[in-house]
Amino acid sequence: MRGIHPMYSPLMSIGHTLLGLLESGPCHGYDLKRAFDEKFGHDRPLHYGQVYSTMSRLLKNGLVEVDGIEPGGGPERKRYAITEAGVTDVQRWLATPEKPEPYLQSTLYTKVVLALLTRRDAGDILDTQRAEHLRMMRILTDRKRRGDLADQLICDHALFHLEADLRWLELTAARLEKLAEVVTK
Amino acid sequence: MRVRQWWRDLAMGVRFAFAGGREGWMRAVLTAVGVGLGVALLLLTTALPNALAVRDDRAAARNDLYYGDTETKVSRSDHSLLITNADTAFRDQYVRGRELEPEGPRAPLPPGVEEFPARGEMVVSPALKDLLESGSGKLLRERLPQRIVGTIGESGLIGSAELAFYRGGQGLAEKLGGGGVARIEKFGLSQGASEDMDPVLLLLILVVFVVLLMPVAVFIAAAVRFGGERRDRRLAALRLVGSDSRSTRRIAAGEALAGSLLGLVFGAGFFLIGRQVAGSVEVYDISVYPSYLNPSPVLALLVGLAVPAAAVLVTLFALRGVVIEPLGVVRTAKPARRRLWWRLLLPLGGLAMLYPMVGQGRDEGDFNQYLVTGGVVLLLVGVTALLPWIVEAVVARLGSGGVAWQLAVRRLQLSSGTAARMVNGIAVAVAGAIALQMLFAGVESDYTKRTGYDVSLAQMQVTLGDGEPLGPSVEKFRRTEGVRQVYAYSGGYVGERRTDPVLGTQVTVADCASLREVATLPSCRDGDVFAVRGADYDTDTQKLAKGGRTLYLDPSYEGDVKNSEVPWVVPSGMKQAQTRPDPTGSERGGFLITPKALPAAADAALEGQLYLKLDESVPDVRDLVRNTAATIDPLREPMVWQSVQRADRYTAIRTGLFVGAACVLALIGASLLVSQLEQLRERKRLLSALVAFGTRRRTLSLSVLWQTAIPIALGLLLASVVGLTLGAVLLRMAGNGVRVDWPSVLSMTGVGAAVVLVVTLLSVPPLLRLMRPDGLRTE
Amino acid sequence: MTAPAGSLLAADELRKAYGPTVALDGAEFSIHPGEVVAVMGPSGSGKSTLLHCLAGIVPPDSGSITYNGREMATMNDAQRSALRRSDFGFVFQFGQLVPELTCVENVALPLRLNGTSRKEAERTALGWMERLEVDDLRKKRPGEVSGGQGQRVAVARSLVTNPRVLFADEPTGALDSLNGERVMELLTDAARSTNAAVVLVTHEARVAAYSDREIVVRDGKSRDMERVV
Repeated sequence: MRGIHPMYSPLMSIGHTLLGLLESGPCHGYDLKRAFDEKFGHDRPLHYGQVYSTMSRLLKNGLVEVDGIEPGGGPERKRYAITEAGVTDVQRWLATPEKPEPYLQSTLYTKVVLALLTRRDAGDILDTQRAEHLRMMRILTDRKRRGDLADQLICDHALFHLEADLRWLELTAARLEKLAEVVTK
Repeated sequence: MRVRQWWRDLAMGVRFAFAGGREGWMRAVLTAVGVGLGVALLLLTTALPNALAVRDDRAAARNDLYYGDTETKVSRSDHSLLITNADTAFRDQYVRGRELEPEGPRAPLPPGVEEFPARGEMVVSPALKDLLESGSGKLLRERLPQRIVGTIGESGLIGSAELAFYRGGQGLAEKLGGGGVARIEKFGLSQGASEDMDPVLLLLILVVFVVLLMPVAVFIAAAVRFGGERRDRRLAALRLVGSDSRSTRRIAAGEALAGSLLGLVFGAGFFLIGRQVAGSVEVYDISVYPSYLNPSPVLALLVGLAVPAAAVLVTLFALRGVVIEPLGVVRTAKPARRRLWWRLLLPLGGLAMLYPMVGQGRDEGDFNQYLVTGGVVLLLVGVTALLPWIVEAVVARLGSGGVAWQLAVRRLQLSSGTAARMVNGIAVAVAGAIALQMLFAGVESDYTKRTGYDVSLAQMQVTLGDGEPLGPSVEKFRRTEGVRQVYAYSGGYVGERRTDPVLGTQVTVADCASLREVATLPSCRDGDVFAVRGADYDTDTQKLAKGGRTLYLDPSYEGDVKNSEVPWVVPSGMKQAQTRPDPTGSERGGFLITPKALPAAADAALEGQLYLKLDESVPDVRDLVRNTAATIDPLREPMVWQSVQRADRYTAIRTGLFVGAACVLALIGASLLVSQLEQLRERKRLLSALVAFGTRRRTLSLSVLWQTAIPIALGLLLASVVGLTLGAVLLRMAGNGVRVDWPSVLSMTGVGAAVVLVVTLLSVPPLLRLMRPDGLRTE
Repeated sequence: MTAPAGSLLAADELRKAYGPTVALDGAEFSIHPGEVVAVMGPSGSGKSTLLHCLAGIVPPDSGSITYNGREMATMNDAQRSALRRSDFGFVFQFGQLVPELTCVENVALPLRLNGTSRKEAERTALGWMERLEVDDLRKKRPGEVSGGQGQRVAVARSLVTNPRVLFADEPTGALDSLNGERVMELLTDAARSTNAAVVLVTHEARVAAYSDREIVVRDGKSRDMERVV
């Protein structure tokens, strides 16, 4: 799992991730952080402050609610639960393909794992992404055919990267079952 | 050191021959089967003389009946045996039959028989037993109704399929001296000095052997080259990992060696199987027992050494124009156009060797066997040398045509050598066979005589015994199914005195219709008598034809038994008749007498002859007639007329040729099929792609046909030219005029063409299988 | 699913097994005139089998294939062969050019199979070879030209009959990127100019990017990626 770590980037949506983690049941802020670190954070754990600020934003948007507070106070003692709106939001997020761009995998990976955790069809996510990638590649290929040599070279650069992504998507699709075993155990 | 290197390379080649998974095995087995078939044929050839010798020995050991070897030499004793010929025939098969009557307890038993059959019993050969017990043998069983009490052992038969019987007889002593009965004390009396081989026959036999063995050699050469292209690729890979070009060649030789060694094993196996099979088949009336077929050890050893050696040499020869480079195989020989001059040298050299012996067949009758063999071999090898050149030259000029034609021609242009190699065997076989057929046709007149029988008039002849009345017999034959007409003649001899006549002539008694078949009559009524004019060697008739003169039928001669001596008065007003060839082809002279003109007492002095005209549409009509004849006299065997009769020895050689040619063509057909299939397998993916874009199966099949037919047509053409040349030279050597026997040329080329057709037909189902889209699958 | 309106070639519920191996398990497909559809999927997923079924080379065990409104199952082998000759074109990965024929003869072959005279067929063939920039190879044999050239010759051959559907099975599989892309450009340009539909089986995304639409085959089931989004 070490190899996946560098893909972790500020780009990925921590909010959606935490929301998704909550879908499997209400939990304390501290447990959320632990679960996140375990599944996605690895050797670069989430700062507790990040969890706190994210959760308060989600609370404000009505996507989570406070299920109960343990004595002692403080955000780490709050138990959060996902709301209907929160579930819908996760669903929409998972179903929306990411804009094909470099270093996308961390987000995709998170989506796939979350889908597996929440018993959604992870294959669908990959296929959606795949279609999106290919759509992008078509556009680039078309531009390349019309453009001059400089265009061609630039497009080719992008195309090769996208192709690499796509191969990762295919490979992941082929390994979904194994991944599901690892993630949900 | 060098020797060890050699061994290592050869051993590596042997390993390679069987490595390479299923495909490697397949190739090794194909090669081995090819070589094995060749080896088996070679072994068979070496065993044949032996087999024929055993056959001759067996035949000699049971010899029994000779002319002039009758009671005068052997007197009755407890170890004498009376024997008579009871041969018969069933359909076209000859049935050897003897009737035995031992005269004492120590009478000799025929070879293979354990106990004398009593009257009403018989012992039969296994083949005859099977025939009699089968439904198809019913007609023969009617003729041979005796109880079967045993079988004749192998030592008493000359072939496993021979039909033979011994049956018990009685009262044979009465017929001693006249009816073909002999008294003997042992079987297997010598037949006198064996005749010297006629030089022309010797020439024929030599050529037959060369002609049969040459295609086998060509075939073996082709067999070790199965899968050559794949082997070349493998050798290139060997070069890549560092083996030098010489050791690569040795490895290739090792591969060929492995194939041919396995082929030797296969060959021995095929031979043993063939030996067993040989016991159960009968080809052209000849069958043998497996035990006859033992190759002489020296020849077998020679085959065992020569075949692997030849395989290695052929491989090295084939690789001479190939440079095996680490990254592939370069054929240096390809760009060089085939040169004609040395190819022409071979057949010309062959002609030069044969030419000095032209005309010797008639005069001194002495052929140099080495020159004959060498000349024929060179001429036939010339075919294999010329054919690739011709194929290349012709194919390069072939023009446009349909798609199938185009595919075939282009393929031939790229690899005309492969195509020519495939056909070489057939071309050599056909060339040899044409030459032989010509030679046979040419010398046929010497060994075949026209019998003169008019088979359009009658097809069978029955001779009745002395004094046997004609009428009842005629009636019986008339009632026999399938007999259209019976021409009945009573014949005899008439002289001017009772005993020791000086003048004499023939007498023929028959009704008018029958008489008209033997002479031209002015008019005829019952009661007429004719004197025949103009017959050859007939000087006495006109002298005897004086009205009122008394002549005697069947006169006696001094010192012999008294004959019937029936007096006959020549009537006055005798008519004259003009002779003409009678149904037996001879000109009959003497007196022609209608029945009323002869006293009844004359019957005893005459012998009946019946000529039967048959209805050929009745099945087994000849056997129906034979059965009728057997009811009149069991020892009476009707004669079947044939328009020609061959000398026995000639038939035997021709039989040998046919047996051999059949084997050789089957063998070559098999090799053609094998290489055809190999080629097709290599093109599996291409075939599938062609089918995918809609190529008709017919187009591809046709292209396969063309691909074989074009080289075969060229091969047959060349074979005809060489064969006719060789035939002409051989005929001149035998001292005969050159006459082209077109039917045999056509039939031989036809047989060659038929082989192509059969091979193409047989390769179509695998072709269709290969054209299935599975071939498109990449994984 | 019934064939989408206006589709030229459509397949529904295709099933095909080779012995115990299931190659297709309810696959669907449709293509419109002038459309380029990429068929992608892992090795052994059944994409080539789908192509073979669509082209009428292999009859499916069950399911329907309609071409131009005609049900393929009602045609016999000869009729399907005739259809392939007249309406379909084929490009494979390799092993498709007859090694004995020159390039122009190879290109002319489909026309000649349809009964066009040799001269006429070779003239048309040469026109297509010009379009694919391989007309200078006309006299060469396939063994004497490079892989990319050979594949262009094969594309020329697949287009020479003006097919309405072009089936390409890994057409660039044996080529490097530059040659592969050139072949794809020429192929799709030519197909678009003649309004031919292209069924493009490939496992390379960059090749699939020449398509208008993509179908993914997994475990014998097809998935139309348009409808995923």
